[in-house]
Amino acid sequence: SVLPTRHPTMQRGVTEALCTHMAGEANASPLSIPSFSYQMKVKVLSRNPDDYVRETKLDIQRVPRNYDPTLHPFELSREYTRALNATKLERVFAKPFLASLDGHRDGVNCMAKHTKSLSTFLSGSCDGEVAIMWNLTKHECVRTLQAHEGFVRGMVVRYCGTSFFTVGDDKTIKQWKMEAPGYGEEEEPLNTILGKTVFTGLDHHWQEGVFATCGQQVDIWDEQRSSPIRSFTWGVESFSSIRFNPVETEILASCASDRSIVLYDMRESAPLKKVIMTMRSNTLCWNPMEAYYFTCSNEDYNLYTYDMRYLDQPVTVHMDHVSAVLDVDYSPTGREFVSASFDKTIRIFPKDVGHSREVYHTKRMQHVICVKWSSDNKYVLSGSDEMNIRLWKAYAAEKLGVLAPRERQAINYNQKLKEKFQHHPQIRRISHHRHLPKSIYHQTKELRIMKEARRRKERNVRKHSRPGTVPVVSEKEKHVVTVVK
Amino acid sequence: MASAGEANVSVSHVEKKEKKQTPARYWKEPRGEKDGNDHEEDGGKTLHQEEPRPQTTKKRKQDESPAVGKKFISGKSDPFPGQAPIPEDRVQKFKRKDKTKKHRRQHYKLKAMITCSEEVSEMAQKQAAKFDLLLPEDAGFLEGEEEEDTCLISQEDIADAVDITAGAKYFNLKLSQFGPYRLDYSRTGRHLLLGGRRGHVACVDWLSKQLMCEINVMETVNDVKWLHSEAMYAVAQKKWLYIYDSNGIELHCIRKFNDVLRMQYLPYHFLLATASAKSFLQYLDVSVGKEVAAICTKTGRLDVMCQNPHNAIIHLGHPNGTVTLWSPNQKEALVKMLCHQGAVRSVTVDKSGIYMVTSGMDKKLKVYDIRALKPLKSYFLPAGASCLSLSHRGLLSAATGDIVQVYKDVWSTAATKPYMAHRTRGAVWGLHFCPFEDVLGVGHGDGFTSMLVPGAGEPNFDGLDANPYRSAKQRQEWEVKALLEKIQPELITLDPNELGQVDRATFEQRHKDRVEALGYDPLAQKRFIPKYKKKGRSSAGSIERRKKQVAHEDQRDIIRQTVEDKVKMEKQRNEREKKKAVLNSSRAALDRFKK
Repeated sequence: SVLPTRHPTMQRGVTEALCTHMAGEANASPLSIPSFSYQMKVKVLSRNPDDYVRETKLDIQRVPRNYDPTLHPFELSREYTRALNATKLERVFAKPFLASLDGHRDGVNCMAKHTKSLSTFLSGSCDGEVAIMWNLTKHECVRTLQAHEGFVRGMVVRYCGTSFFTVGDDKTIKQWKMEAPGYGEEEEPLNTILGKTVFTGLDHHWQEGVFATCGQQVDIWDEQRSSPIRSFTWGVESFSSIRFNPVETEILASCASDRSIVLYDMRESAPLKKVIMTMRSNTLCWNPMEAYYFTCSNEDYNLYTYDMRYLDQPVTVHMDHVSAVLDVDYSPTGREFVSASFDKTIRIFPKDVGHSREVYHTKRMQHVICVKWSSDNKYVLSGSDEMNIRLWKAYAAEKLGVLAPRERQAINYNQKLKEKFQHHPQIRRISHHRHLPKSIYHQTKELRIMKEARRRKERNVRKHSRPGTVPVVSEKEKHVVTVVK
Repeated sequence: MASAGEANVSVSHVEKKEKKQTPARYWKEPRGEKDGNDHEEDGGKTLHQEEPRPQTTKKRKQDESPAVGKKFISGKSDPFPGQAPIPEDRVQKFKRKDKTKKHRRQHYKLKAMITCSEEVSEMAQKQAAKFDLLLPEDAGFLEGEEEEDTCLISQEDIADAVDITAGAKYFNLKLSQFGPYRLDYSRTGRHLLLGGRRGHVACVDWLSKQLMCEINVMETVNDVKWLHSEAMYAVAQKKWLYIYDSNGIELHCIRKFNDVLRMQYLPYHFLLATASAKSFLQYLDVSVGKEVAAICTKTGRLDVMCQNPHNAIIHLGHPNGTVTLWSPNQKEALVKMLCHQGAVRSVTVDKSGIYMVTSGMDKKLKVYDIRALKPLKSYFLPAGASCLSLSHRGLLSAATGDIVQVYKDVWSTAATKPYMAHRTRGAVWGLHFCPFEDVLGVGHGDGFTSMLVPGAGEPNFDGLDANPYRSAKQRQEWEVKALLEKIQPELITLDPNELGQVDRATFEQRHKDRVEALGYDPLAQKRFIPKYKKKGRSSAGSIERRKKQVAHEDQRDIIRQTVEDKVKMEKQRNEREKKKAVLNSSRAALDRFKK
């Protein structure tokens, strides 16, 4: 049935002309065959399938690419669809809870990260007598020891990782060896210091054999001595937490019960300065990367990030909790921190954003007292009232374990897409959606209403008073009473 | 010249090195009349000219070291210093959008972000342009002798002249029994679907000439269309729309779609758009089998239809000479344009979505810019074009009766002669360029002709998008990926990049939306209602009086504000003038001696 058709008017005079054969021959070009006499030059697309199909089944498929934009229409809509899918999948795979470590016989009061080993973790409980070392990879308790009578108030691992310190309600500071005692040996502290008053917090210097405790006053101790080398007081107060600066290692910050945060220099005899806020701060944590910032968890449901140099107003106010915030810890990258609250949730905040990106809760988790971010930036540990330590993923949808290169590439690509389209309403709605316990949901709503009412009232007061008498006070300025130097 | 002395010095120095002869490189001049070091000296001079330096004949070392750019330890210089140049036009090809203007008062973080993203996109653009140089295939072409027209070259001659595989792409199928044929190529260009008016439907792997299936549906066939892959195709039959698989098994009969005359498949949306004799434009989502939209166009029989591949808008041609543009999201036409004096016979849109070509009963062929909705060119064809088709590379084929003409550069230059021409056995009924091949498929009264049109097809395909050589496994993977990124029909708009633009809804617009959502205007002033007071103080008169007291309070505020501003400005101006006056009147040091 294949019949060549030909139009009579289109008959060419010289049909038996010699023509150059070009198509499909890689080495033939019209210039290289000058001896041919030709009427026309023609090339028709003719692909050699061998260039496009793999040779054997053992090879990978050949995928020739052409990035010409006209060959890829709707690139934006397709990217948007991909971003939407990635966002949905992220929510599908967001399963942050990994394990619960049980073994304490009372609420967990304090925790400490090991400075050298990722898998080791220490915790101390409320009924006091126990400090436990955990192996995180196996989710099991390695060793328990009788540390104090009463609460274990604070614990910290020495920078070298060979020993750790605990303080308790029995007015003692004890130093323990990290290794378990040999067979037949007694479990005994390396060193015991008997103090005059109860210690409520403890932190160790990052490079030297010096540690600091707080209680009625802030004491700086040398490991070799049994009396403090320096004591700081500023008015009558008691302190709840003390932290060494990880970069400027001689500087300390502490939270006092008279609603103030006090900064000290270890080399000086008097404290540097303090900022007094409207409510009491519970704990604070230095940003490990930009160590002039620190974040404190406050009783007024908020967290405040301060710049050490300018204490007159916080850099950022982090709001989302609906009850007092009890603990805070920075990620080792310094970009995010995790906070534990009395409202039975833990939240993760980016360091410069006012609202949390993530909230973790379970039905059984009670008031969270302490929280730590692991040194490999992958996990978060929370210790709560009901005697459990919970292990969470820091990034809820992250896949754990080794990733294949293509998997890694796909994850990076999806991450970038999500970032690109994050402000589109549909994507934002999905990525921001979190399930909350009913009580917290309603409380959030209630707080919002209260805040709105307060704002409205203030607006009305301003409206009906002499101009200038009721100034506008920003949220940042609202919570700082004064700075004392 | 000062450099002469310099040359002498360096000659003596380099001469020693010269004993170890370096192999001749093609970029160096042949060493006959000139020495290699002389040549280097020349290069040095040109560099010297660029940055004029004081002549330093004394310090020899300093002269030599920076003379010819960066030097290697061996003493050789890089013949191609710096980055490889990228042709400007190629970079332009990958340009997505212009640089955003930086506002002076933009936030520093935003500024940094914009700069960063622009840098990244520029790099991507350059990389793509570099990659573009490495593409393996070149486009086809056809050139005649100086005075000879290419349109006189017959298909047989071309088929003879080219290699066997390419020559085999010119063939005729004589199918005179089931009358004029419509055709469609699959997106990869491998598979051909033929639908005869009198019920004959066949799908062929046309490159290997392998028949996949052949059926007779025993009904009139109006149009045939491949769906997303070569496994399924849609046939618009006398009454309803049917979907068959590649073995010819009827999968669906869709009774919601009746009297369909023309169909278009939107590959990225998985939508089958159909135009019916009852003037309905309907969209079928083939991935879930749901009707997405049914639009009554109220314009009579719809038998001219095409899609804009750039933005998935459907173009319909009407008997009154108008062309209308449709999206599934709107019940009315997006655009209505009067294109011809008589009825519109055929419409087609090019791949970039810029040009639309129409032909009408007034025997005219017109080219429009559909971004600006303006006519660009108008041609007169004595016989009028019944079918039109545009290829990937912008060749236009027009069927006039039984002659198929192919034109080149219809929109950029005024085409006077066709690029190619070919006469078929019967009146042309369907016309379609094969994607990624230099082939034009012509369905006519006497069967099917596959014509060779050198330079029609895009030479380099993208393996992840439409790969003619894909295996079954690759097709399956592609299918899953394509389904995952199916674009929702709501995203079909005239400008497909609208999604990436900042929504600069004015405050009023946002406010209006808010009012609509809330059901009241939160910013509206509350009307003042006087309190009810006892002891006769709420008489009508006193209420009016109290109202009057408040009546213009807000306005008074504004007035007070503006007056204050005015006074302030006046004050500032006065101060400025005073300063100026003081400056002008200030006496110079020598003025004190004047009297």
